[in-house]
Amino acid sequence: MKFGIVVFPGSNCDTDAYHAVVDGLGEQAVYLWHKSHDLEDVDVVILPGGFAYGDYLRAGAIARFSPIMQEVAEHAGRGAPVLAICNGFQVACEAGLLPGALARNAGLQFISETVRVRVETTETIFTAAYARGQVLAIPIAHGEGRYYADTETLDRLDGEGRVVFRYHGDNPNGSARDIAGIVNAAGNVLGLMPHPERACDARIGSVDGLALFSSLLSRVAA
Amino acid sequence: MTRYRVSVEIRPREGILDPQGRAVADALRTLGFGRVHDVHVGRYVVIEADAASPDAASADVDRMCQRLLANPVVEDYRITTIVPQVAPA
Repeated sequence: MKFGIVVFPGSNCDTDAYHAVVDGLGEQAVYLWHKSHDLEDVDVVILPGGFAYGDYLRAGAIARFSPIMQEVAEHAGRGAPVLAICNGFQVACEAGLLPGALARNAGLQFISETVRVRVETTETIFTAAYARGQVLAIPIAHGEGRYYADTETLDRLDGEGRVVFRYHGDNPNGSARDIAGIVNAAGNVLGLMPHPERACDARIGSVDGLALFSSLLSRVAA
Repeated sequence: MTRYRVSVEIRPREGILDPQGRAVADALRTLGFGRVHDVHVGRYVVIEADAASPDAASADVDRMCQRLLANPVVEDYRITTIVPQVAPA
């Protein structure tokens, strides 16, 4: 399976994602420069963490107009998987691939720590290899991770089983309904603030993120 | 075509938690400004652009706000001034 990791100016978790895919999962990964219009026939697109365009204006606001985002939207429109992590989640919301927005953490501080995240559904291509209710140790590192959407949207996400991950125990950033990750209506675009790609190597603390990647391997035909 | 300087005020939407505004309000009260009731911190954007009329300039900036400058999910915006710029002599 081939993963394409989009690199914006200011992305800084692109190499972590590469390491997770190539060394953790044992699959193929390529970097896709944001000015390209070629997804190079990848099966899965990863929008990685970082500070694309320095978070100027709003996190993700300018990155969504990068040339490659046209192809990413078409890829998503075909039902192909997009994994949007942290800043990638912010970009995906700004681009309209996912509903809602990520606002400033309620406590104002940038939070970089390992948190507990609960798997709410295994009915997605991203979580098939987990158990429902499983609690994962996964790092977060963000200043704008407070998920916000209007009540109607939140009810729809809950009603349709589209809240994939919730913070377990403490809610670090004030996210609505403890939301840490959601999928789009078709289920092929996942956005999450925690960093599964930084939890794929026991030497740095946790391998709880690896099953997200292996889920894709088992559920997506390459 | 005339060049206009258009100012836009963008702020967190009414009713949405604004932790930055709240922190500033707390600091102001700590400084002794006890009558401060509420503070909101947003962005102020100034755009210079050519347009046929003030209304056209305003309409252009309104579209800019909807597409990029503001995120309607969490922010409100308001065009505050539209000032024609005098061409240099």
